[in-house]
Amino acid sequence: MKNKSLVSITDYTKDEYLRILSLADEFEKKPDPSLLRDKVVATLFFEPSTRTRLSFESAVLKLGGRVIGFSDSSSSSVTKGETLYDTIKIVSNYCDLIVMRHPLEGTARFASELTNIPVINAGDGANQHPTQTLLDLYSILKTQGTLDNLTIFMVGDLKYGRTVHSLLMAMSQFKTTFHFVSPDELKMPDEYKYYLNCLGLKYTEQKDLTANIAGADIIYMTRVQKERFSDPIEYERTKNAYILKNKMLEGTKENMRVLHPLPRVNEIDLDVDANPKAYYFTQALNGVFVRQAIIASILGLK
Amino acid sequence: MLHKKDNKLEVSAIENGTVIDHIPAKALFKVISILSLDKIDKQITFGTNLDSKKLGKKAIIKLSDTFFIDKEINKIALVAPQAKLNIIRNYSVVEKKVVEVPDEIIGIAKCMNPKCITNNERITTRFSVVSKREVRLKCHYCEKITDQEHIEIV
Repeated sequence: MKNKSLVSITDYTKDEYLRILSLADEFEKKPDPSLLRDKVVATLFFEPSTRTRLSFESAVLKLGGRVIGFSDSSSSSVTKGETLYDTIKIVSNYCDLIVMRHPLEGTARFASELTNIPVINAGDGANQHPTQTLLDLYSILKTQGTLDNLTIFMVGDLKYGRTVHSLLMAMSQFKTTFHFVSPDELKMPDEYKYYLNCLGLKYTEQKDLTANIAGADIIYMTRVQKERFSDPIEYERTKNAYILKNKMLEGTKENMRVLHPLPRVNEIDLDVDANPKAYYFTQALNGVFVRQAIIASILGLK
Repeated sequence: MLHKKDNKLEVSAIENGTVIDHIPAKALFKVISILSLDKIDKQITFGTNLDSKKLGKKAIIKLSDTFFIDKEINKIALVAPQAKLNIIRNYSVVEKKVVEVPDEIIGIAKCMNPKCITNNERITTRFSVVSKREVRLKCHYCEKITDQEHIEIV
């Protein structure tokens, strides 16, 4: 995987996912504070982000590397009208790896073709966010002990949510059974259902959050955003139907876990947080180990 | 150049050159632009909104002393997938060809996603063709699909 940019979750094979996950486990058990000595990682955030940027920077620093970059395009030459092309060409001279987030779609692919330095996509608009998917896989693996033959409930905005789309693509290689829980306006797009049909994987669609929930190994929650609805009345009618409450978790499997890519607004009630089945904060911590693993393998150090 | 014969309008024959037939009428000007026909100095005749059983309204282009290589002509498959070519030598058809949608399209079409980097910075567009009958293009950069109805020529 040395020098192999990570732009899209489909850039890596199943074996490569598994390699990253086992490496993440290694970093979690045994930190390596000098692996990235003499390495400089540039984090170019053309759009603000808290978790993703901080967890990338934390991952680099914990491995003994150094970070340069910006957290907002207003503090870069973009405000002077510099093109992305020029920015990438210049930054490539200063670092060993580029981590970038950009509001426009396709920017990370474009950047990866401009430079010999590997590029990690930390989110390009509504398109891809592959490190989120890998940390989701890691969280599933850690809580279930396996990725194979699991039953996953995906809840909320399944139409626009890029995290659920990427997770579906990745998990479809592990014989997963999917349950899609969403209002009519935010159903899983046909192209993904078609993809599952081609692979012969089972899925169901439902509007009721609690139906069949006893069979779930993972409940993956996402935010239902008001601006996604064409009809505001429809939003008012459905907004409370997709809030997970602690009471709903009665009767679910003992090792079922609730995941959420965060930020959460109100779709998981605060009363769930104390339940041992709530895993979303640990999931965010896993992001650091997984990003360490991705960086180390792309730089050819592991 | 249009003559009436058996109550049908026909375009007069050419001695040597290429006839492109079965172009959907609304795609005519896109074909002209893709092949840069506005920049050649040979004699060109075209007719449009002609009745066609297959296409409803079709267009036809006759080009004197002009021949295309396959790679060049296949570009029009994006907007006129059913187009047929007749190669004319000495007033007779010596070869018939159909166009074929290529597997990859570079620098011809525009991505329909306004948030795609290719619509915001100077980049040559690149698509893989995910469906050929009803043309569907997947952008190499933003990974979004542009369907036949929304194909715009750069």
